[in-house]
Amino acid sequence: MTAARASIQRFLPLIVLCALLILPLGLEQYKLFVGSLVLVYLIAAIGLNLTLGYAGQISLAHAAFLAFGAYSVAILRPYGVPFELCLLIGTAISFCFGLLIGFPALRVKHHYLAMVTIGFTVIVFLALRNFEPLTGGSFGISGIARPNWGFVSFATDRAYYVYTLLWAVPVLASAYWIKNSRWGRAFKSIRENEMRAETLGVSLRSYKLMAFAIGAAYAGIAGALFAPLLGYIDPPAFYIERSIQFLLIVVIGGLGRFEGPIIGTIVVVVLPELLRASQSLYLVIFSVCIMLMMLFMPKGLIGLWDLATRKFVSPAADAKADPAA
Amino acid sequence: MTLLEIENLSKRFFELPALDRVSLQVQPGELLGIIGPNGSGKTTLFNCISGVLRCDDGSVRFKGEDITNHSADSVFSRGIARTFQLIQVFPEMTVLENMLMAAQERDGTLLGRLLRREPDEVKQRARGLLEYLGIDFLRGNLASNLSYGQQKLLDFGMALMSRPEVILLDEPLAGVNPTMIRSLVSHIEDLNSRGHTFVVIEHNMEIMMSLCRRIIVLSQGQQIAEGTPQEVAENPLVLDAYFGRH
Repeated sequence: MTAARASIQRFLPLIVLCALLILPLGLEQYKLFVGSLVLVYLIAAIGLNLTLGYAGQISLAHAAFLAFGAYSVAILRPYGVPFELCLLIGTAISFCFGLLIGFPALRVKHHYLAMVTIGFTVIVFLALRNFEPLTGGSFGISGIARPNWGFVSFATDRAYYVYTLLWAVPVLASAYWIKNSRWGRAFKSIRENEMRAETLGVSLRSYKLMAFAIGAAYAGIAGALFAPLLGYIDPPAFYIERSIQFLLIVVIGGLGRFEGPIIGTIVVVVLPELLRASQSLYLVIFSVCIMLMMLFMPKGLIGLWDLATRKFVSPAADAKADPAA
Repeated sequence: MTLLEIENLSKRFFELPALDRVSLQVQPGELLGIIGPNGSGKTTLFNCISGVLRCDDGSVRFKGEDITNHSADSVFSRGIARTFQLIQVFPEMTVLENMLMAAQERDGTLLGRLLRREPDEVKQRARGLLEYLGIDFLRGNLASNLSYGQQKLLDFGMALMSRPEVILLDEPLAGVNPTMIRSLVSHIEDLNSRGHTFVVIEHNMEIMMSLCRRIIVLSQGQQIAEGTPQEVAENPLVLDAYFGRH
């Protein structure tokens, strides 16, 4: 990658962030709700991108990790526990279960690992449905309050959008840090050549567990923000379909690319909203769009961005660039 | 003090004995050659030493410490690096990233590797090694874009990057053009003269005879000969293993 392209790509998250900050000023309530949903899904997708995109560990348990965050908030908030503490507890629970689900990854790979994570999602779903006194069972939990800081309330969609953004920014920043750290490189090495990575000193146990745990923790944060956004949660919201939706986001955006989840989330959350005008056909159109994207852009939509930057960055700039930069 | 000591190492793949009570010692600064026909157990021996495979019996000791069946990362962290017969680089990483990857796990703690930036001296060392191997101009390229010979050099550079005490080279010259063979051999000789310890598996007999001062011969998982190149070349068991002569 040339320096010119690298600098353009470095600024992309900043550009997107500025757009996300300015966006809510002119939007109506429902669009702000969708905006918040984009941010929540983005946080979860960043986590999955770390586990799957960077470390190459397939996980279809992301919905379950989301549930830990969501139910922590839903269960603890009525007891007067501050929202941020609920969020931290939910994140910690997700982190711990991420570690736990990381252990099978030390023994099995690919579709076998996918089966293990699906099994975990099913167990969590059944637990949520059957522990009725705690989780509300099939009826779920309603009336989940949005956070407030004394007199500052985040109850409105506009305020809650800003609040969600306040969490999305450090999550994005931390993911960016991890990606550029030596952990990020170790994750990539495991994805590309596990045996070689191990013979170069990479502890597969430590890094695989961390990839799962951190990815799960991000989903926990997303879950905690998801519950008050909807105000109501029930077990089907955290079933396998949700995990597949996150998988779709990272694959469509560009697996293993920092920008991937940003683009993927916008497409997967916003595109169905734009297609609603076509009424009952919207899911068909959406599915066809996804199939076409996968057929013609196997590296995800970020591949288009790469193509555009390659086209518009002059060859002279390419030649001057320091390849080691 | 013996650097690496293998004693009665055995490995079976189902009923097939790949290694049968192989014993050898490697002294500091030595350049030991291991030869043998295809399927004689040479790579399996490297795999058992480096922790890629678990051996069934016997022991591996490094500087007196028992490292038998330690994980590959644990073996590496003690100072044993290796290359592979089939090149094993990280194709979607740049040449420089491949080199840095080869050194990072021997520096600091796990948490430190997340929180702290890579020391500049590591990057300088990577650049220095790439220059030494003549592929520094490729440092920004993805490893997958390199030619086979360049990837062999990169693989070799990665093995050197962590300042290992023993380097296991598995057929470093296989599939490499004559110019690059000369380059690789001169690098091995140069580094060995500076005190680096090598164990080399290679099929190129001409080079092995001139490169190594001691050679061990394996055949069907068994150690059939050991000695100077001259002694090995004249050993009837070795001739039998290679040419089927009686």
